[in-house]
Amino acid sequence: MKKNTNIKWTKKHLLGIEELSKEEILLILDQAESFKEVLKRPIPKVPTLRGKTIVNLFCEASTRTRSSFELAAKRLSADTLNIAASSSSFLKGETLKDTARNIEAMNIDMIIMRHSCSGAPHFLARCIDASVVNAGDGAHEHPTQALLDAFTIREKLGNIKGLNVSIIGDIAHSRVARSNIWALTKLGAKVTVCGPKTLIPVQIEKMGVKVTYDIAEAVEGADVLNVLRIQLERQEKALFPSIREYIKCFGITEELLDKYAKKEIIIMHPGPINRGVELSQDVADGKYSVILHQVTNGVAVRMAVLFLLSHIKTSIVEEKAEK
Amino acid sequence: MKILIKNGRLIDPSQNIDSKGDLLIENGKISQIGGQIKEQASETINADGKIISSGFVDMHTHLREPGREDAETIETGLTAAIMGGFTTVCAMPNTEPACDSQGHVKFLLDRAREVKLANILPVGAITKNREGKRMTEMKELKEAGSPAVSDDGSSVEDAELLRRAMEYASMVDLLVISHCEDKALFAGGVMNEGYFSTLLGLAPIPAEAESTIVERDIRLAELAGARLHIAHVSAAESVEIIRNAKKRGVKVTAEVTPHHFTLTDEALKTYDTNLKVNPPLRSSKDTEALKKGLKDGTIDVIATDHAPHLESEKEKEFNYAPFGMIGLETALSLGVMELIEKKYLDWPELIRKLSANPSKILKYGRGTLEKGRVADLVIIDPKKEWSYTKETIKSHSSNSPFLGWKMTAKVTDVIVGGKVVMKEEIII
Repeated sequence: MKKNTNIKWTKKHLLGIEELSKEEILLILDQAESFKEVLKRPIPKVPTLRGKTIVNLFCEASTRTRSSFELAAKRLSADTLNIAASSSSFLKGETLKDTARNIEAMNIDMIIMRHSCSGAPHFLARCIDASVVNAGDGAHEHPTQALLDAFTIREKLGNIKGLNVSIIGDIAHSRVARSNIWALTKLGAKVTVCGPKTLIPVQIEKMGVKVTYDIAEAVEGADVLNVLRIQLERQEKALFPSIREYIKCFGITEELLDKYAKKEIIIMHPGPINRGVELSQDVADGKYSVILHQVTNGVAVRMAVLFLLSHIKTSIVEEKAEK
Repeated sequence: MKILIKNGRLIDPSQNIDSKGDLLIENGKISQIGGQIKEQASETINADGKIISSGFVDMHTHLREPGREDAETIETGLTAAIMGGFTTVCAMPNTEPACDSQGHVKFLLDRAREVKLANILPVGAITKNREGKRMTEMKELKEAGSPAVSDDGSSVEDAELLRRAMEYASMVDLLVISHCEDKALFAGGVMNEGYFSTLLGLAPIPAEAESTIVERDIRLAELAGARLHIAHVSAAESVEIIRNAKKRGVKVTAEVTPHHFTLTDEALKTYDTNLKVNPPLRSSKDTEALKKGLKDGTIDVIATDHAPHLESEKEKEFNYAPFGMIGLETALSLGVMELIEKKYLDWPELIRKLSANPSKILKYGRGTLEKGRVADLVIIDPKKEWSYTKETIKSHSSNSPFLGWKMTAKVTDVIVGGKVVMKEEIII
């Protein structure tokens, strides 16, 4: 495991991958490796963030991300507070700004927020003094997802540089796609996006990716398939004719993989899966799937993020030496 | 009552004047212009180093009275107008209630008379309550004092209704001002469709949401024989359509806002809601086309689309904030910095876009320094450097992305109807 001795973490917030350098991404991944170690212990806990208060402010539904962040904070001995918008005064019309400032008045250190509006964490960061972690903002970014995806790829396939990664699905509405594109291109991978033309946003090639509407082309030669959930409601909005046709064109099935995929290909999915739609039942649970590994890695990666944001400017090397 | 303005650079594109000289106002009208005027006056203004021009006419302002006086009143809006050199503003009808009757038109004219700042030209709605269903009583609107009708804020969706409304408007000699937007193509978008909407993950608005309706409205105006004015043009495609229509001889004119020729969609990377406008800020290819359009005359007018919103309304997640920014107080400076300094227009042309052309299009009879005309004038310091900060804003709202900008050029004195309303940057 390589240690980056020159890089320090200096950012107060984690709002996206776009503003991170390759070295900062690797710093997080390296830190996550040592936390993954911690998670394997009989008592998977370290006192690093004891006394810190971390708030999960989730304005959109979430299973994985929310649980993952909560566990990550707890494994680091932080105090956690969970607020779900659906059961809070958001329902009474309280604004995001007021909500955040009220919570901050209770002396907290960090807010982890998921929100349906792109740019909400940027707005939040302007309203409060605490650190902000973006757990997904609209179609914009989901940085910790991309980080755990990169971690998983590195774990399974080694160095990301030069790998062919294909992201399949509704790219236009996907924050996972955008964050992944940033992370993978910064780490030197070759990225292809594939989906219906109606769900590929304009000028995405400028982000450094190849575009194809042909699933065979996307699968052939790929080392990684990152398959996105198709939102069934998009069908209502004239974006594609039917689920049936979507599956026919873009569904990942055993047959498709047998025909076109490399033997060592890995299949990823951020969850939740629409079984039988973007992934067939067999593929979701099959030999190529690393989906559950992603989830496990998610806790370690989020521990790394919470740790680094709480210890701005402290060299990672010093911390390691002390242990 | 005589006012003598001395030693200024007199610029009047309507008479092809651009020379140093004096100007005399008598009994509310321009009585002498040019050369050295040796007259006794009750007030003398020294315009040495400054420009003397007819007051600006904003063809697109939102005064929020009646209905949203919390964001702007007629008084605060007209104060902002004077600050920016606008001696007349066209008040758009999307107030609460909408300006769709003669009583409402008269209300606006009365308020302007009470407030004694700038003039208001009330723009009536095309359809009752701007609902897009029934035409307003346009003859009454015209007789009450409206020079134009518009459903601004929305497009008239029913093409047949719009065709008939245009025919009717032309019968009573009303200008039709079109806000061109295809609601379906707009599709709940919040910013221009392009590389940056892809990057930022914000719902996109394609240029075609505007250009297809520009084309439609021009064809309908042609059919109806109406005078058409396209509001807040934002897309290169629209500029091209208007250019071609003018070549065909269609009676169409167009306006652009300072924010559309100054800023691009790249600025939205900060998710600053003061940049959220309708139509949206577009790409550099569009701003270039807009500036070229101003230069070659395809775009006749610079209008502000001054749209006040409260801080509490704008301080939200990007999707939830309302569209609009204020603009009366920054229009001139942005025109100077973006158009004159970058050599798209010279001073006479800029003044033509702000004053002479709007007046001509509205058949207003002002926007000129012709002898005998009503004395609505501004004196401009073309080199003055100033900072646009919250403290300087006269509008009741402060939703501007230009806050903190260093500005060049300022209106220092304003005369409306022969009375000094602002002297040395202080409102009287």
